Amino acid sequence: MLKIKEKAIEGFLIFCSLVTVFTTLGIIIVLATETIGFFKQVSFIEFFTGTEWTPLFANKKFGILPLVCGTLLTTLIAISVALPLGLTIAIYLNEYAHQKFTAIVKPVLEILAAVPTVVYGFFALTFVTPLLQSFIPNLSGFNALSAGLVMGVMIIPYISSLSEDALRAVPKSLREAAYGMGSTKLQTAFRVMVPAASSGIVVSVILAISRAIGETMIVAVAAGQEPKLTFNPLTSVETITTYIVQVSMGDVPRNSLEYSTIFSAGMALFIFTFVLNNISFWIKKKFQQRYE
Amino acid sequence: MSSSQKNKLKNLIFKGFAIACTSVGLIVLVVLLYVVFSQGLSRIDFDFLNNLPSRNAERAGIYTALLGMVWVLVLTVLISFPIGMGAGIYLQEYGKKNFFNNFIEVNISNLAGVPSIIYGILGLELFGRLLGLGNSILAGSLTLSLLILPLIIVSTREAIKAVPPSLREASYGLGATKWQTVWHVVLPSAFGGIMTGLILAISRAIGETAPLIVVGALVYVPFVPESPMDEFTVLPIQIFNWVTRPQAGFVTNAAAAIIILLTFTFMMNGIAVIIRNRYNKRTKF
Amino acid sequence: MELRLLSETDTTKELSFKEVMKLEARNVNLYYGEKHALKNISMGIEANTVTAFIGPSGCGKSTFLRCFNRMNDLIDHVRITGDILIDGRNVYKSKIDVDEHRKKIGMVFQKPNPFPKSIYENVVYGLKINGVRDKHILDETVERSLKQAALWEEVKDDLKKSALSLSGGQQQRLCIARAMAVEPSVILMDEPASALDPISTSKIEDLIYELKSKYTIVIVTHNMQQAARISDKTAFFYLGELIEYNQTVTMFTNPHKEQTQNYITGRFG
Repeated sequence: MLKIKEKAIEGFLIFCSLVTVFTTLGIIIVLATETIGFFKQVSFIEFFTGTEWTPLFANKKFGILPLVCGTLLTTLIAISVALPLGLTIAIYLNEYAHQKFTAIVKPVLEILAAVPTVVYGFFALTFVTPLLQSFIPNLSGFNALSAGLVMGVMIIPYISSLSEDALRAVPKSLREAAYGMGSTKLQTAFRVMVPAASSGIVVSVILAISRAIGETMIVAVAAGQEPKLTFNPLTSVETITTYIVQVSMGDVPRNSLEYSTIFSAGMALFIFTFVLNNISFWIKKKFQQRYE
Repeated sequence: MSSSQKNKLKNLIFKGFAIACTSVGLIVLVVLLYVVFSQGLSRIDFDFLNNLPSRNAERAGIYTALLGMVWVLVLTVLISFPIGMGAGIYLQEYGKKNFFNNFIEVNISNLAGVPSIIYGILGLELFGRLLGLGNSILAGSLTLSLLILPLIIVSTREAIKAVPPSLREASYGLGATKWQTVWHVVLPSAFGGIMTGLILAISRAIGETAPLIVVGALVYVPFVPESPMDEFTVLPIQIFNWVTRPQAGFVTNAAAAIIILLTFTFMMNGIAVIIRNRYNKRTKF
Repeated sequence: MELRLLSETDTTKELSFKEVMKLEARNVNLYYGEKHALKNISMGIEANTVTAFIGPSGCGKSTFLRCFNRMNDLIDHVRITGDILIDGRNVYKSKIDVDEHRKKIGMVFQKPNPFPKSIYENVVYGLKINGVRDKHILDETVERSLKQAALWEEVKDDLKKSALSLSGGQQQRLCIARAMAVEPSVILMDEPASALDPISTSKIEDLIYELKSKYTIVIVTHNMQQAARISDKTAFFYLGELIEYNQTVTMFTNPHKEQTQNYITGRFG
């Protein structure tokens, strides 16, 4: 009797684990089937190389490049903020900081990571943009810069905590060798620790980029809804994620071509983040062995 | 300046720069809270909490958004906790090092990195269309459950991993079965860590906007949901709606709603941290 | 510290062919993956005796001990050949339920491992997982076991106290009480006193001597004086092999093998 109960429980637990597998299968199947339907009506060439994205207008164009551009632009701005700040913080925490300092900084970073993104969007739109407008006069109300900057702050914890882990994993002996030769903390940090932890730091950056690409609310609120093929951060753009939200909120009929753009855009997004994530896993696995 | 003097100077400059960097995070947080509170605090009164949304900014309230949030939260907890904990227990206590389990682990890592809006797309088709749940609370909860599942699984595993093997040995030595050992020894010891993880996952779910929008949570819900099959909205979506309206009154409303949302979020995170600290202190094996 | 010479005061039974050994091993080999950890071990242990396994670190004595209650099953990539019999029944071959089997054998580990529960809950754990709910039986068992483990007087006033608040020696006696609560016939002890102070150690040694009349005890120990003090027979292991197995008195005064001699006199190990 007990044995049956044991087996039944184990069966339930295995089922729970399989839910995750079904989730991945579900995502792939849902995206793939609708995307295939989409490509029956829109050519690959138009999708991948077209420079206009207007599925909801009368004159429908299905070139995804403007959306990709918007995503890349905001991501670039975000990373250019998050990388230097995040890495510096990680180095400082690892090499210089005292207990008290760490005890304040760590919670602050945790809080930054916990704030809901729609709040950041609000902040970007109602505070950052007007602030920037006061010294950049031709900044439009919706723009990539505000959204990118705020997104960058949001991502700092990603880079700082993962990089800090990577730095901490470097064997003490390396650090001691550097100090033993009279290096300053700065020299030790940049000439010895960072290179030694480089694979872990690269992983953290890739994952942060992936996070930025997938971010929706900050850009949906503050970056605008006009797909443009531009690298001008002062104008409004639309990211892949914003577009998906835009269509979902509208009255697009279920089985229409416009509806299926949710999935083709989603597929593009999924592939970007999937590739980035797996590159980072691969790097982590390949270079982690060095210090095992 | 000699070379070593130059080095020491560089060191000092870097220290200053680093403190500046760290301050950026702190400053942004403080400014954000200030902006939100200064704009929204005055707007919060009983009416605000109790009113239905309205096209008139002064009369609009977050009542339906709050209720929707509670509904979604409760259902998400009921769905995701058992499954997430079950998977975590299986992978950590039962799983052997074979291809199957390794594959599941890699899969979970991938799922953790999938943008939340993609979960919304999955929910839209799978729960909304295929299972016919439409844009109901149930569809939204199922979607959010899938979203936070990797978080729950990872934190459950970490908490279980921290239980010393010697306790398991004692239990097996007395002839307990695997499940008895898990239930009577491992889980009680891992309880604090698991709780922390669950609360953090829920705190994350509260703030999610995009997946629910895609699933079809409405942006304007002037009625109170009464069953899991009803349409709904949640606080973040209400905020999103108000932020995008041009009238100044709505921006104030958005700020006020953000205060409520942040209060919930920080409260949950705070509880999680307290549990984590107490648990770490108690279990010094 | 005096060596208690057991052979003068205890009667050691002559083994007749018809008698069934309490514990028996026949040609036992154990492999951790590629590593041949136990090499062709054969021995028999009589009921109501104390047997000591001695040998340098890594010689396989703990591994062999754990074969008797199949604790090695918990480790990946372990392969066992040969026979292990308890009361004449083959522990690895016949269709026995491992969990049931373990209930008949008590085990005490090197580092005390009480559950982070109350003293009471620790002792009744074995009963509760067997479905025993009757409070009378549980209370009775707790008192009996704690008395047997010589811990009752020290804790009887507050059984609800956390087990982790006890001292190391008390925790180990609690673990012994816990093991005895399910009334096994065999108790396996894996260096039970090595993590304890001398006074606790001495208390536990006294305990083992007392328990001999009711249980068959096998104890792995690093401490040769301990082995000499409390055991009837001693087995010396080295590099996975059973080098010599004999009456304790003989082992320590007149060992047959040179390796045994070298180990006991401290030439190595």
